Amino acid sequence: MSLKPLSNDVKQSLIRRLQLILPQDAVLHQNEDIRPYECDGLSAYRNLPLVVALPDSIEQVQTILKLCYELGAPVVARGAGTGLSGGALPHSDGVLLSLAKFKDILSIDPVQCTAVVQPGVRNLAISEAADPHGLYYAPDPSSQIACTIGGNIAENSGGVHCLKYGLTVHNIQSLKMVTMQGELVTLGGTGLDSPGFDLLALMTGSEGMLGVFVEATVKLLPKPQTAKAILAAFDDVVKAGAAVGDIISAGIIPAGLEMMDKLAIKAAEDFVHAGYPLDAEAILLCELDGCDTEVAEHVERVKELLEQGGATEVRVAKDDQERMTFWKGRKAAFPAVGRLSPDYYCMDGTIPRKHLPQVLKTMGELSEEYNLPVANVFHAGDGNLHPLILYDANIPGELERTEEFGGKILELCVEVGGSITGEHGVGLEKINQMCIQFQSAELTQFHAIKNAFDGKGLLNPGKAVPTLHRCAEFGAMHVHNGELPHPELERF
Amino acid sequence: MSNVNNDISHQLQQQIAEAYSSNSPLNICGGGSKDFYGRKIQGDNINITGHSGIISYEPTELVITARAGTPLSEIENALDEKGQMLGFEPPHFADTATLGGTIACNLSGPRRAYRGAARDYVLGSTIINGKAEQLHFGGEVMKNVAGYDVSRLMCGSMGTLGLLLDVSLKVIPKPEAESTVVIECDAQTAIDKVHQWRQQSQPLSASSYVDGKLYIRLASNEASVNAAHKVMGGELIRETNHWHLLKEQQLAFFNTEIPLWRLSLASNATPLSLQGETLYDWGGALRWLRSNESADRIRHAVEALGGHATVFKNNINQIDPFHELSPGIHTMHRQLKLAFDPANILNPGRMYADI
Repeated sequence: MSLKPLSNDVKQSLIRRLQLILPQDAVLHQNEDIRPYECDGLSAYRNLPLVVALPDSIEQVQTILKLCYELGAPVVARGAGTGLSGGALPHSDGVLLSLAKFKDILSIDPVQCTAVVQPGVRNLAISEAADPHGLYYAPDPSSQIACTIGGNIAENSGGVHCLKYGLTVHNIQSLKMVTMQGELVTLGGTGLDSPGFDLLALMTGSEGMLGVFVEATVKLLPKPQTAKAILAAFDDVVKAGAAVGDIISAGIIPAGLEMMDKLAIKAAEDFVHAGYPLDAEAILLCELDGCDTEVAEHVERVKELLEQGGATEVRVAKDDQERMTFWKGRKAAFPAVGRLSPDYYCMDGTIPRKHLPQVLKTMGELSEEYNLPVANVFHAGDGNLHPLILYDANIPGELERTEEFGGKILELCVEVGGSITGEHGVGLEKINQMCIQFQSAELTQFHAIKNAFDGKGLLNPGKAVPTLHRCAEFGAMHVHNGELPHPELERF
Repeated sequence: MSNVNNDISHQLQQQIAEAYSSNSPLNICGGGSKDFYGRKIQGDNINITGHSGIISYEPTELVITARAGTPLSEIENALDEKGQMLGFEPPHFADTATLGGTIACNLSGPRRAYRGAARDYVLGSTIINGKAEQLHFGGEVMKNVAGYDVSRLMCGSMGTLGLLLDVSLKVIPKPEAESTVVIECDAQTAIDKVHQWRQQSQPLSASSYVDGKLYIRLASNEASVNAAHKVMGGELIRETNHWHLLKEQQLAFFNTEIPLWRLSLASNATPLSLQGETLYDWGGALRWLRSNESADRIRHAVEALGGHATVFKNNINQIDPFHELSPGIHTMHRQLKLAFDPANILNPGRMYADI
């Protein structure tokens, strides 16, 4: 559905009335003040909002949403702005609703293993606060130092531990949400389920399209008695991929199981000196956790499996310090790759793991065709690929070529039965690929769901679910090729 | 494995299309193992048991996809052969239980407290909505955030939003061994101990308390189980059918004619002072109450603790089985029902009178 542009009078009235709701310094509308909000982690897309609102109470959020509902003004919620799909890209006619001031951990219940947190609390801050109780919050996206729990819920964020411990949706117990009409509702409860539909699941990963989250109760896990990490080198990525299947077939679910290819290994090694073998075509990092004796048994078994699977080298971290060093390289892989090239573009497709050899081969061919190098970082255990395409935005046309290449990778993921996004969300970035992932009947059902919550279409308009019209245009563009995915936006 | 003759999706779609055009309600039936659950409804039967068979099972991918009419036992046997299982340990209640009914009711067994519910394992689904459109959501991959999570929304919606055609589930390896520790104590002590051991990261895979005995199931190798037993005390039993009888509600506790309530609340809530007997599962987060106490009293007591109460069986007073929704949440349910089933023909009233 398309929104009517706001008249200048309405825009001025919106800003004036926001100034009555919030203190002066919590309503930003001068160009230099709103500039920091022009993009999220996907900085290729930028757009200035009409106004930025920084509420610090649930009542203020309710009043702001009621006002926007009355005036028909779009609302884009934002946490830390670390998202990688343009989900928090502002709307020119609307309010960029920052939840940055909601940054308190309200309580930790060490007995029930839960924490009540405001949406602007950083992911890692939850685990830090839970640490004295021997607890932690399991989902650990790479951006966990900066990203907020509100954004994590909106995107259903994952991380390296989700094969064993689940995604955000598995680790949230209840959620307070303000509807577009300004009503405060609580989804979930103190128990493990709630009556009626599973609205908590529907909201998780809904990309700011259905409501604004203002408080969450998250589940905490007791820290495992022991964690051990194993690093294995392979002279062939296909062998490394097969070894992942061997471990899982043996009935072992590692806490983390990551793969990096040669380019990613080199980048990470140059950056953090984790001791990665530079001659390897691929490395696997496998973390096993649980009871002491069980972990010890599993370490031996996994070592055997890796050796049988053709690993050229298998190293078990001798202590926690070395384990952290193994992980340091993986966690720093994105910025490390960033040092190899002026710009990189991070993709986020998922595939059934058995198709890994074919997908890597085709990706290699595409890389040659587009003459753009790709480094691969892979949540191998759960089939989530993060190809990083290296490019230089200063070379005219290179960003466009990169985006086209990226689009092809996502289409390849869909072709083999996977998904265009495992954990980064659709946002604006992958909106065209949604037309490939879904048929028009499913997209229509998504719009009906959106309409059930936000009949005026004011929450994060234009994101996550494409209109059928857009898909028709994309289909045409696909045939002709070479047009920009978002001609309406300023390019950087 | 899959047999094309067992794919009756077109027939099912046609039946829904006819019901849609004639505005006549449908009563979705599987094996009938959970007919007692929820509200009684009027409508023409639409039976999914003919839509059966495992479509794909990839043990190394930890994913199984099967048609909704597939017997639950067929799925569990196929997984068992490969040393895997459904992590949510679903109850069957009868040999006829199907995958579709299991997901539509989102019922999970004792392992739920430590390994997650049915909804946590759903990766994708194909459904027919109330406009007779066949729709596919999610898929066979562990991580997928494209579009709203309709597959999980289907869990527990009792067929009121769509008829399930097939479901993809994540599966997990069976533990190498499981043993049970039994300790005699009072209910409060049982609650305290379970929480204490969980915080210690003991390898719990189930915990229940009934008739003055705390049962703890441990899933790990022998050395870890022995170490845990040393901490916990009590009697260590290698083999027991306690968990099966608990899951299937065949323990003596469940042999009753008076209303059986299902209370879902904070696991560490102190024992409620309600008339009747209580069995504790899920480390205290699920409590079965045999009681003639008034529905208002029970619901009020549980709601005060942030939980909810369902009349699960023996609804002799014919009250609404499910806990009343808050007005705002109820409106969302109405709107969602309209979004999926505008003519109100799919199991109308099975969950709430107007849903």
